[in-house]
Amino acid sequence: MRMRAFVMAVAAAVLVAACGSSGGTTASPGGSTAANPCAKSNLTLVTPGQLTIGTDNPAFDPFFQGPTGHEWTGEFNHDPYNDQGFEDATAYAVAQQLGFSKDQVNWVAVSFNNSYKPGPKNFDFYLAQVSYTPARAKGADLSDSYYDEQEAVVALQGTDIANATSVAALKPFTYGAQIGTTSYDLTKSVIQPDSAVQTFNTLNAALQALKNKQIDGLVVDFPTAYYMANVQLSNGTIVGVLPSSAGKEHFSMVLEKGSALTACVNGALSALRADGTLAQIQERWLTQAANAPALQ
Amino acid sequence: MATALVSTVVVFAALGVLVVTSPGWDAFKAEFLDGGLFRSSFPDIARAFALNIKIFCISEVMILILALGIAVIRSLPGPVFFPLRVLAIIYTDVFRGLPTIMVVYMLAFGIPALLLSDANWYRSATLWAIVALTLVYSAYVAEVYRAGIQSVHPSQDAAARSLGLSRWQSLRHVILPQAVRRVIPPLLNDFIGLQKDTALVAVVGPVEAFRQAQIGEAANFNFTPYLDASLLFLLLTIPLARLTDYLIERDRRRFLAGGGA
Repeated sequence: MRMRAFVMAVAAAVLVAACGSSGGTTASPGGSTAANPCAKSNLTLVTPGQLTIGTDNPAFDPFFQGPTGHEWTGEFNHDPYNDQGFEDATAYAVAQQLGFSKDQVNWVAVSFNNSYKPGPKNFDFYLAQVSYTPARAKGADLSDSYYDEQEAVVALQGTDIANATSVAALKPFTYGAQIGTTSYDLTKSVIQPDSAVQTFNTLNAALQALKNKQIDGLVVDFPTAYYMANVQLSNGTIVGVLPSSAGKEHFSMVLEKGSALTACVNGALSALRADGTLAQIQERWLTQAANAPALQ
Repeated sequence: MATALVSTVVVFAALGVLVVTSPGWDAFKAEFLDGGLFRSSFPDIARAFALNIKIFCISEVMILILALGIAVIRSLPGPVFFPLRVLAIIYTDVFRGLPTIMVVYMLAFGIPALLLSDANWYRSATLWAIVALTLVYSAYVAEVYRAGIQSVHPSQDAAARSLGLSRWQSLRHVILPQAVRRVIPPLLNDFIGLQKDTALVAVVGPVEAFRQAQIGEAANFNFTPYLDASLLFLLLTIPLARLTDYLIERDRRRFLAGGGA
């Protein structure tokens, strides 16, 4: 709980800093000429006039960080209607860039696997730490990056693996990862552990296996690793950040294959990157990223 | 014969046309029937299937033993054994009633969470998942055994006892051989279910065939790898199903021939 308070304090400090510097950033609406395909009136949407955004349920800190009492369901599942948390804030920034006000944004809970299922979608775009891979891009439209991803290894303090300082030293341990994630692929290809990588349906299940010492290390994307090591585990530590495959790993928003909205979302992301909004959101919600050792 | 042939052809052709001409057929084909992905996924999934077979074989042996014990306890006559019978009844009620996935979670995450030992076997999710499957399936199989025991006419026991056999000897040499033979078909039925439920161990970490297929699905945004896993399960369960049918048929012929059990 002390760590929780600490994280809150850090977040609050960053919040003040971010507010101080964000005064000059005003997002321009998506354009007013009829010729602009990304003008709000020209977009083909699930609900006309409303932007419907999907994410997973439960949605996790630090990606969604609602006040308690407004959860969807479940312990770490937060109300997305408040632009608190990294992905929540990013989603609202994109919505604003496309010309939608806050009350024109709707949220739907969609499980990861259903986000790319064939057939019509019930969201305009979807974001839940979906990593871009070429194979995934065949089945659905994946937007440009809104976060360049790093994977980190979480372990318990005082265990052998916690002392590892290189990728080679990670080889003899047992790892777990969430099913269907690039964390799993990266564990196999980068660490190349001696024993088979265990997979779990949810991060909570993987965390339980780590607490039980059924796995030595848990590989997750960095923000999640930070939250696990400092908030969810009382004796957790980040062993280090894995080298990514030439910086190509990044989070993408998922859209229906061939959606006309994809270009507009990419345009919005590019504008948000250019004016520094994305960097500010990342700094505010994921600023702790600087503190983890990089493994070579 | 000709009628059966014609109606079969007509029904299947109609179904085939309905599927192939559906508006989503091309998307369905790409998402579920990708031949290249089917072939490239197969070796990994087949390797993972070895774990299913291992779990199945170990738990099946343990189930046969544990379930027989429970069935015998439940069939013990007389007021002296009442407490044991109650325990056996509670056992079957509880483990038949609990969802198998719950028992797997409870044992494979719960017992290592007690941190009683640092030994590798103690922390093995596979081991506790096997124990969970054994506990659940023993409850079903015990009932199958009990039905077999009750199907043996009480006069058999009376005759054996009058010949001087003890209660245990009568059970061992007269009742059980007949009882077990009669319930082999339903026993195999439960084991076909068990083969498929080996996929449940995946929820606590180990990568078995279905989970390996899920990994392939998530990596490719394509559901074809599940076909690989399904095929492997079929290759295992269909021979067992045919064997069950054969044994039922043989039993029926013997019965009709008046040979008894």
